[in-house]
Amino acid sequence: MSATSDLDLVPAIATRREDALSGLEKMVSKGLGWARKYSLFQYPFVTACCGMEFMAVAAARYDLDRFGAALPRFSPRQADLLMVVGTVNVKQAPILRRVYDSMADPKWVVAFGVCASSGGFYDNYATVQGIDRIIPVDVYIPGCPPRPEQVLDGIILLQQKIQDQPHKLIDREKPALPAKG
Amino acid sequence: MSQAALQRLKERFPDAVTEAYTGPGGDDVALVKKESIEEVCRFLKSDPETAFDMAPYITAVDYMGSEPRFELVYQMYSTTRNHRLRLRVGVPESDPVVRSVTPLWKGANWYERYCWDLYGIRFEGHPDMRRLYMYEEFVGHPLRKDYSLRGRQPLIPERQVDEPFRGPGPSGS
Repeated sequence: MSATSDLDLVPAIATRREDALSGLEKMVSKGLGWARKYSLFQYPFVTACCGMEFMAVAAARYDLDRFGAALPRFSPRQADLLMVVGTVNVKQAPILRRVYDSMADPKWVVAFGVCASSGGFYDNYATVQGIDRIIPVDVYIPGCPPRPEQVLDGIILLQQKIQDQPHKLIDREKPALPAKG
Repeated sequence: MSQAALQRLKERFPDAVTEAYTGPGGDDVALVKKESIEEVCRFLKSDPETAFDMAPYITAVDYMGSEPRFELVYQMYSTTRNHRLRLRVGVPESDPVVRSVTPLWKGANWYERYCWDLYGIRFEGHPDMRRLYMYEEFVGHPLRKDYSLRGRQPLIPERQVDEPFRGPGPSGS
């Protein structure tokens, strides 16, 4: 933030110029959201048996490609949707954190299955009780493993969420510093 | 399955083998003293009549409250003679150190590391006595009965989650 000027203290009075600008921004935001929600490049962080169900969703019968989310990128730099599929244990948590931190903004996270969402029945010495203790999560998909229909439902929910978010062509905000680990 | 091998073991080591029996399902079991496990294993491997050239499983049991507290279970198999034998070795809590059998069977390497990692039984003469599953920063041996069930030891700080239906955080009991 720069030093506050007098202009910042003046109550907001929308001029026609600002109105027009915010209208344009809204249009851009809507368009960007539309583009982003149909081109989810996912990074599959597959650690456990849910991976089988994930493959079923990605394959021909359920076909995640219909929602534009079929192409897995095996580099987090090229991905914008982190699919955490399966149990994440304490030993893996720094790896997950690092993968998340290497992804470029904008990014979203889906917790696939009950283990990734809450630890599931692995309430023991080794398992992280939900990946939201490590990284922020956008959509949780329950089930052990979830049915493919649930996954599709989760993807559609995520698309709605992305569409409703504000998007900017150029974001001048400084990105948050990655956490240590 | 291997009465002959069991008999031969008893004759060869009358002092080391404290008890020998055939369990349910026909498994032949011998209780062996801790000090002589390496000697017994070397004999069982090298003797042409027993010829146990494979140790497909080594694990440990924690009988907390009884003495000796731990027990190592050696399951062995002979590919040439097609018979099996199980050795049980009591390990006291005060001195949980056993001679390693990795020099005899290379396959025993990770099983012994497993027993060290999760039960805290050390193996003398093992080439690489590190943890197998848990990370180096981990304190304690989680499969011991006195280790806290939810004794999680996170490597990175965890975010605060306010969720009443969720299990407790890293160090919840």
